[in-house]
Amino acid sequence: MDTLGIKARKVVDFYVDGFKNMTIGKKLWAIIAIKVAILFLVFKLFFFPDILKENYDNDDDRARAVATELTSR
Amino acid sequence: MEDLIQVVDWSRLQFALTAIVHWLFVPLTIGISLIIAVMETIYYRTKSEKWLKTVKFWMVLFAINFAIGVATGIILEFEFGTNWSNYSWFVGDIFGAPLAIEGLLAFFMEATFFAVMFFGWKKVSPAFHLASTWLVAIGVSLSALWILIANAWMQYPVGMEFDPAQMRNVMSDFMAVATSPVAINKFFHAVTSGWVLASVFVIGVSCIIAAKGKNLQMAKDSVKVAGWIGLIGMIFTMWTGDGSAVEVARVQPMKLAAMEGLYRGEVGQELIGIGIVDEKERDVKYKIAIHKGLSILANHDADSFVPGIDDLIDGIALTPQGDTINTTSYAQRIEIGKAAQQALRDYEAARKAGDQAALSDAISRIKANYQYFGYGYFNSPEEAVPPVALTFYAFHIMVMAGGYLLLFLIVALFIVYKKPVWFDTRLARWIGILSIPVVWICSEAGWIVAEVGRQPWTIQDILPVQAAVSSVTAQSVQITFWLFAVVFAALIAAEISIMVNEVKKGSNKDIIA
Ligand code: HEM
Repeated sequence: MDTLGIKARKVVDFYVDGFKNMTIGKKLWAIIAIKVAILFLVFKLFFFPDILKENYDNDDDRARAVATELTSR
Repeated sequence: MEDLIQVVDWSRLQFALTAIVHWLFVPLTIGISLIIAVMETIYYRTKSEKWLKTVKFWMVLFAINFAIGVATGIILEFEFGTNWSNYSWFVGDIFGAPLAIEGLLAFFMEATFFAVMFFGWKKVSPAFHLASTWLVAIGVSLSALWILIANAWMQYPVGMEFDPAQMRNVMSDFMAVATSPVAINKFFHAVTSGWVLASVFVIGVSCIIAAKGKNLQMAKDSVKVAGWIGLIGMIFTMWTGDGSAVEVARVQPMKLAAMEGLYRGEVGQELIGIGIVDEKERDVKYKIAIHKGLSILANHDADSFVPGIDDLIDGIALTPQGDTINTTSYAQRIEIGKAAQQALRDYEAARKAGDQAALSDAISRIKANYQYFGYGYFNSPEEAVPPVALTFYAFHIMVMAGGYLLLFLIVALFIVYKKPVWFDTRLARWIGILSIPVVWICSEAGWIVAEVGRQPWTIQDILPVQAAVSSVTAQSVQITFWLFAVVFAALIAAEISIMVNEVKKGSNKDIIA
């Protein structure tokens, strides 16, 4: 029986070996990394604020803000 | 006002762009993961090397598509919070916990079983590997489940109650939301149409990898598996498409009328096969139609009445016997919607004043009139009519392409089983390759029907687009629109170039040698 430590080591090795032996996978991981970085570090951070979260402190204020919006259009 | 229209238009355009690009990847992921699982099952049973190599070849294309497509859907959520903040607050629970749980579950399933699928060939037993491949296939379909349920809820809002104190919809009946017939049809139609899409892709790519005379056997084997999955997928797609049409007739009759360019309906309504919509003359010209077809498709009753756009606006429905029934006309709905909105204003005022009696009076008026809340934003009934021509053409493209693809799949199976020499002809190969764009157009057209056909609603009858958008400037939405256009163009270019490269590499060598 493997101890927990050995089991964990096996799982880590599994991923490490897998990543090491990738060919086209490396290119794909690079694309994923660049894409996720652009999405979260550029788009989300600079262009897509959660308007209600940013402008109001609590849910009640948010609710009242939406009520005002929906009854004034 | 001018700016509001611009914000609405640009936000819609941006959402449409993101959704269309996202959907380029999703159905292929759903379908090809199933095809690979079936192929690996054959390998598991036959232990034949050729099937192992075949599985590995398609797995690479699956990985490319997955890597490029993953996270494109997250952008839709960004847009909710920024451009559609009123909407995303107002929908409440539907995007809450279930979506988050599903996201987490999908992430862990994918992180574990994807890894086994790609890294585990020599490290886990064949049975465990096969189980992982199946779990990936099941996992990707399941991760489409809740988002499609949420979409179905917007088309047919059941199982939720509006709470004016929170200004959002609160789930009152989980099962009603999760098992709404619109949701069930939508989920199976979307998933099984993904099987069709991936099958046509696999058949088309098989035509390419066999083009240089190499890989003929592998290509034919792949066509056999894809052909069957595609055909079974198509039967389910047509069945659930018919189910969807029945649901649309029941819960979104205005969408159905737009799908058929129908302004005045009849008992025993015909189904238009092809025609040209004339929105000015409110008619479809040069049409070829099937007698009583729409009544059969929509109501499963040849002599039933299908209301047209003007009938719905007037609030007219007919029984099969031809008796007129008056339902709520759009003019009345506008009145009711305005009453609901006034009640909401009174509610807010009563809250501020702490006037309990006025508060409960307002609540009961909101409840009584809430059903048509969204119509209160319109000044005329015409504002509640979707773009007819676009909905009509999208619907007819989907159905016609569906008919073509059914034939294509049958012929592909016939060729590989009965006339394999035909597979070696240039004509057959070109038809296979050119059918790849057809299936994507077909699938995207399906979403155009579902989403353009429900305009102007973000939530049917409750929240139109002009109320759903945030108070942002049109300019800010324009900027992000163009930024996305650039990123998406790059992603699509990467997908196509990496795939083409891999397929070319495949066609230049004997893959299973
Ligand atoms: C040939 C018979 C078909 C019929 C009668 C049919 C019917 C429909 C209907 C009525 C909708 C709108 C559902 C709604 O608004 O809620 C729809 C949507 C859709 N269709 Fe089809 N369809 C057919 C074939 C296909 C094919 C062959 C594909 C793709 C390969 C496809 C892909 C889609 C997709 C992706 C959607 C959007 C998701 C949804 O709303 O279910 N359809 N279809």
